[in-house]
Amino acid sequence: MAFANPNITALAVEATEFPDLARRYQVNGVPKTVVNDAIEILGALPQDAFVQQALSTFGYGVSTLTPPES
Amino acid sequence: MALLSPADQEKLRDSFKEMTANVRLLFFTQTVGCETCLQTRQILDELPPLSGRISVEEVNLVLEKDKAAQYGIDRVPAIALLSQDGEGQGHDSRIRFLGTPAGYEFISLVHAIMLVGGRASGLTEENRQRIASVDKPVTMQVFTTPT
Repeated sequence: MAFANPNITALAVEATEFPDLARRYQVNGVPKTVVNDAIEILGALPQDAFVQQALSTFGYGVSTLTPPES
Repeated sequence: MALLSPADQEKLRDSFKEMTANVRLLFFTQTVGCETCLQTRQILDELPPLSGRISVEEVNLVLEKDKAAQYGIDRVPAIALLSQDGEGQGHDSRIRFLGTPAGYEFISLVHAIMLVGGRASGLTEENRQRIASVDKPVTMQVFTTPT
């Protein structure tokens, strides 16, 4: 996703080496994805579900693909 | 001593042939107080011999603060992936790895190198458009363990 948009930065964090980050984001299982400190995605999801969840709370992009019903 | 078996080296050498762009790995490290930096360096050193398109540049977190800040790195070991154009100019992919890229993380690193090196992302067109429409800064942190 980072490669597809310059606004997006992706970090792969090794949880055992950075226990402070793991604690801060309450990482009890992996993989766990945290988006802008606001959205949490647990486990590995299929691509469509992952992209939708990752961008959901911000409402980014959704409107361009689901025009309001007339 | 090589960390990768000759068979794995051969597989990687073959995979890296798909790359169409050069990739530079910025390896952020420090000389004191980093238990896993040496291991990370050893892992990264395995890669350039397998492809002329891959290079590693060491950045000292303490001595090169500006560069670390430029890439938003404040802890080590960390890796930032850059694609390089024909003139050798680096372009930040904004893909980072924090911690030792061992175990499955090594596979993830190889995939990231291939992506930055020109391989198709595997995103569907719909998702590509959805992602492209994001117009505010987004940071995604994926927590993993080395198993």
